[in-house]
Amino acid sequence: MLPPDLSYHVKFPMLLALLIWLVAAAVTGLILARRWWFPEAINAHGVSFDSHLAATFLLTGPVFIAAHAALGWVILRYRGVRTASGPVENNRLEFLWTAAAAILFVGIAAAGTGIWAGVHFDPAPKDAIRVEALGKQFAWSFRYPGRDGKFGRTDIRLINDSNGNPFGIDERDAAGRDDISTAALRVPAGRPVLLTLRSRDVIHNFFVRELRLKQDLVPGMEIPFWFQADKAGEFEVACSELCGLGHHQMRTSLIVLPAAEFEAWLRQMHEQLGLPSQPETR
Amino acid sequence: MSANAPRSFLRRWIFSTDHKVIGLQYYFLALFSALTGMVLSVLMRFHLVYPDARVRLFEWLWPAGASGGIMTPELYLSLMTMHGTIMVFFVLTAAPQSGFGNYLIPLQISAEDMAFPRLNMLSFWTTFLALMVMLAAFFVPGGAPLGGWTAYPPLSAVGEIAGPGQGLGMDLWLVSIALFSIGSLMGSINFIATLADLRAPGMGLMSMPLTCWGWFSTAMISLLAFAVLIPAGLLLLLDRNLGTSFFLPEGLVVNDRVLPYKGGSPILFQHLFWFFGHPEVYIIILPGMGMISTVLSVFSGKEVFGRKAMIYAMVAIAFVGFLVWGHHMFVSGMSPYSSMAFSLVTMAVGVPSAIKTFNWIGTIWGGRLRLEPPMLYALGFLSLFVSGGITGIFLGQPALDIYFHDTYFVVGHFHMIMGVAAVFALFAGTSYWFPLIFGRMMNPSLSRIHFYLTFIGVYMIFVPMHLTGFAGQPRRYPDFKEFEFMKDLAILHKFMTHSAFTTAAAQLIFVLNLFWSAWKGRPAPPNPWGAKTREWTP
Repeated sequence: MLPPDLSYHVKFPMLLALLIWLVAAAVTGLILARRWWFPEAINAHGVSFDSHLAATFLLTGPVFIAAHAALGWVILRYRGVRTASGPVENNRLEFLWTAAAAILFVGIAAAGTGIWAGVHFDPAPKDAIRVEALGKQFAWSFRYPGRDGKFGRTDIRLINDSNGNPFGIDERDAAGRDDISTAALRVPAGRPVLLTLRSRDVIHNFFVRELRLKQDLVPGMEIPFWFQADKAGEFEVACSELCGLGHHQMRTSLIVLPAAEFEAWLRQMHEQLGLPSQPETR
Repeated sequence: MSANAPRSFLRRWIFSTDHKVIGLQYYFLALFSALTGMVLSVLMRFHLVYPDARVRLFEWLWPAGASGGIMTPELYLSLMTMHGTIMVFFVLTAAPQSGFGNYLIPLQISAEDMAFPRLNMLSFWTTFLALMVMLAAFFVPGGAPLGGWTAYPPLSAVGEIAGPGQGLGMDLWLVSIALFSIGSLMGSINFIATLADLRAPGMGLMSMPLTCWGWFSTAMISLLAFAVLIPAGLLLLLDRNLGTSFFLPEGLVVNDRVLPYKGGSPILFQHLFWFFGHPEVYIIILPGMGMISTVLSVFSGKEVFGRKAMIYAMVAIAFVGFLVWGHHMFVSGMSPYSSMAFSLVTMAVGVPSAIKTFNWIGTIWGGRLRLEPPMLYALGFLSLFVSGGITGIFLGQPALDIYFHDTYFVVGHFHMIMGVAAVFALFAGTSYWFPLIFGRMMNPSLSRIHFYLTFIGVYMIFVPMHLTGFAGQPRRYPDFKEFEFMKDLAILHKFMTHSAFTTAAAQLIFVLNLFWSAWKGRPAPPNPWGAKTREWTP
């Protein structure tokens, strides 16, 4: 039995097709316009991330547009025709598009493996500056090993946030006396930085948009994570793993300083600790 | 209903063993849950844009969480947690599988009822109990939990010191999820037994309708996936209440208190959770895929294109879907080498989904298209499925996920593909089988208005969400006041919030149409769409 209501085809013949094309056009336009977009990258990884992202857009964008173009066209072309005529089986065609999808999907992922490997498999260069990054509800702390290049011993029973000792650094350990604790992460431009990510309570996440890097901080684990920022400036660090009711306030800054300014800042910090202000030896 | 159906109201409509009644019970449980979840999302969207507004309704509803009428961050997070949980479990798992499946499977394979009618009744009432326990979390001291539907420890494991809802509310959440899982396990056993044993004589597995293949493969996934979620939840309950340390390491200092745990691993929970959680998205979408195949075929006047490939694709999705859970954990601290393996398998599981999309377009190609409401929803599904699927190619690559993880890009992606695409399948199924179920037609004009408003609305909500993800905005933030870079995104959020208000309001048209047509709709002819499956020709 045929549907009683066919008048619709006469009334709104093109609405759905046009709407589908409009959606595709609007999405494409918004992406091409780049009004709301990624901030400029400040490291080599960020640059290769951006080019792989562009490649992914170039491969998936046409698929998105073609699918919507075809959908709209089929609706326009075949609405209300007298008899159905299209095929219901075509093994060669099916084999073709299965193979095409497999090659496209796996190929694009394979092309990106080098970028992932660069972040996680390549060890940090030997001359990397070491910084310990600690997350806690809802603040960040960073610790530099000081002139001796060694992090002092810590003990969770010595943790005291109000006294400026979020790490629980043990004063009795000589290696810890020159450790510098800060709330913002200062690094020199153009030098590798090796972070050791730690959390004291729940899972947090270290995310700097301009570095195109993101890594969880997991209690019970020490996760090495290195990067090299090449442009000076101040960038926001946003916790990106739900950590509780203050998650949205867990903010700090990555401050990338020209190398000389960074050295000057380190000297100043040492002076504040009451240590002689001689230049760092390594 | 069979001849010896019980006469009393209680046995017939409440504690019924009839598959049709149970199917409708699941459907209306899901409808109630969907409206609840939608209201929660509207409140969240409001708070994101007007975080400092004083609303007396908030204070009336949550005297502790919104004193003075201003919603606290912890209240926002609890609404978010409950929105996700209710939608994923009580709407998107309950309706497509248990609702439509229970009603239609026996009719489509000419069986008298499901294989185990009493077990079926028990599944529904276990699910009902689970929903009551879940909603009860709103009313206990501290309120609902705030750790998200993923409930990662240690946040979910250390109790009230992690936030007000992390006490009793979190325990109720876990009990509810365990109950829901048990209900789903019983349901999946019933589905598998029914489809394996009770098919009409001469109906081979390969000649089952594609809808039945959707429910069959989903039942297989359900059986294996929920079986892992239950122990994960129980271990978390033990950590919370009996001092074990499955998921909690040594040296935790929460809220200035040193906690006594030792030797557990927070990442272990993520592995267990996502071993369930990723197959769960296929539990949500596979029944919808079956229903969409049916609707596209009927309203094109053609058989489904590449029927066999469609079946193989569903089975492939069900199987490979169990090997990709690690793509939720690229930045979790698990081995970066396993990320590469998970990424490749993730890309592989995209292939059967692509096959299905091609074959759907092949189905309507050259067809005699009738743009009746079920067909509109199905075509809308196609568009949404393509849009949501393509963003998956970005997220499935660790090289790109290292930026996108936990941004609004992810929220946009999963809402498109397993949120609204699955809901469009429900709309398509509802308007398609409504005449069979109620003997009346839904009002086609109301359905069309509802379709167009919703189709435009969901794109207006979720496309800008992807843009905020490009800008790196993290999800699960109750407001965006602290960060400089988020100021530029405020206008997008305003746009999304107002789109959400409109789209939510449009859903009232659907609900109105549903209830009005059930009583007052035009009487339906026996097979109004000219379908060929057995439920229409008794």
